Amino acid sequence: MKGLAELYVQQFKTTFASMVQYRASLAIWMIGHVLEPLVYLIVWSTVANTGGGSVGDYTTGEFAGYFILLMLVNHVSYTWIMYEFEYRIREGFLSFALLKPVHPIHSDIADNLSSKLITFPFMLLVAAGLALIFHPSISPPLWAIVASIPALLLAFLVRFLLEWTLAQAAFWTTRVSAINQTYFVLMLFLSGQIAPLTLFPSPIQTVAALLPFRWTIGFPVELLLGRLSPVEALTGLGAQAVWLVVSFVLVRIVWRAGVRIYSAVGA
Amino acid sequence: MSYLRLFAVFFRVSVMGELAYRVNFFVQLFQSLVELATALAGLAVVFSYTNTLGGWRPDEVLALVGVYFLVGGMIGLVIQPGMVQLIESVRDGTLDFTLTKPEDAQLLVSIHRVEIWKLIDIVLGFVVLAIALMRLGEKVGGWEAGAFIVMLLAGAAIIYSFWLILATLSFWFVRVENILEIFQSMYEAGRWPVSLYPGWLRFALTFIVPVAFATTVPAEALTGRLSGETLLGAVLLAIVLLMVSRVIWRIGLRQYSGASA
Repeated sequence: MKGLAELYVQQFKTTFASMVQYRASLAIWMIGHVLEPLVYLIVWSTVANTGGGSVGDYTTGEFAGYFILLMLVNHVSYTWIMYEFEYRIREGFLSFALLKPVHPIHSDIADNLSSKLITFPFMLLVAAGLALIFHPSISPPLWAIVASIPALLLAFLVRFLLEWTLAQAAFWTTRVSAINQTYFVLMLFLSGQIAPLTLFPSPIQTVAALLPFRWTIGFPVELLLGRLSPVEALTGLGAQAVWLVVSFVLVRIVWRAGVRIYSAVGA
Repeated sequence: MSYLRLFAVFFRVSVMGELAYRVNFFVQLFQSLVELATALAGLAVVFSYTNTLGGWRPDEVLALVGVYFLVGGMIGLVIQPGMVQLIESVRDGTLDFTLTKPEDAQLLVSIHRVEIWKLIDIVLGFVVLAIALMRLGEKVGGWEAGAFIVMLLAGAAIIYSFWLILATLSFWFVRVENILEIFQSMYEAGRWPVSLYPGWLRFALTFIVPVAFATTVPAEALTGRLSGETLLGAVLLAIVLLMVSRVIWRIGLRQYSGASA
């Protein structure tokens, strides 16, 4: 345990150093993360304004709140492991990670968390700026703010484990881009990134409730927006817990099978 | 004329190279179809709650999606691969080989790589555009069609110059490929009419990263909402940017010393 803590601290220092080095790419990467929710914020606000101030059960201000929070929540649970893993396997760099006495997922988690520690303050600044422009109405009760802490943590873990599992498709095929894209599209619709899920037809809402995507983005957003009842919040946390167990089992199975067929191409 | 012949040669070389990897065709077809389906489903969700978006009717936004794919395909077919290659060859010094050839170097770097599978996006863009036009029916006359083609060409020229200017920066700063990624994420904002966006964002998407000229303006021409001033302005901007990028390219080339030589 002490060894692991040390690993996380060291990884933080390494990530920090490399991020200071690549400041420009950091800023550029943030533009992409801000622009997508911003576009949907504007599209839905326009729709709400034409429809007399609201769409479904969302007012213009609630749309603004929804997409600004979505930007932050997505930033918390976001990973880039799918690109990274493909590169590692293709170039044989995974071999180095395999030599180390700890599971490679730890340094990935540490790398992800530490880079977010650095970028999150900037995202908050952007969110504050957007709040000044778009006047969001966000009114979570106190309990919802407290509940959002485990909800965000679980959202991060579930998404990380699932995407880490999916990233290992690179063990079996070199054409992971098609797999990744399919995943991203499902994520886009079923997590609530295009529109709040309550605006979708009810069959789609049912599908979204059964799949993990909604629980990694849409659920914490709605919780922080103050739209969920205590029962709904508890159900959500329960669903997140179930997906945590499922994704944990998946990581273990897929990783074992994958490492067995890894042949260190390029090394 | 010889330029067209050169392009045909580069195109044939790319085709021959890619035909060895035929599965790539299906991968790209799959990805393009998924992307198109995503765009259409997004429209369907939005238009299930309204029948006009900032004054644009559903079929007009559909036409915009067609233009988005068409222009995105043109960028991915030849502009982007050529510019990425240019940045790489400045870094590793292989631009030497291009400079020794007896043709204009700017032309060579602009057309010497062709990602043929991006033709799929262009075809899909045309199909969507055709469907949108059929549904719009009445309004598209000769003037609109002519203005559309002119705006499409002007948009392509503006985007090309923009990429060339950015790529040329690699003569001074070796690592610029990140800047090109900004374009990718900003281009996606062009799937919706830029008139939706608040002033500052519309300005950024028009003059800083000229996405508006590539997607919204041609679609405006087609749906008959383009003013004469915008048309003239776009053409003028295209000409000015083509000249400016040419000048910057020349100055940049003087900086180049051939890393490997």
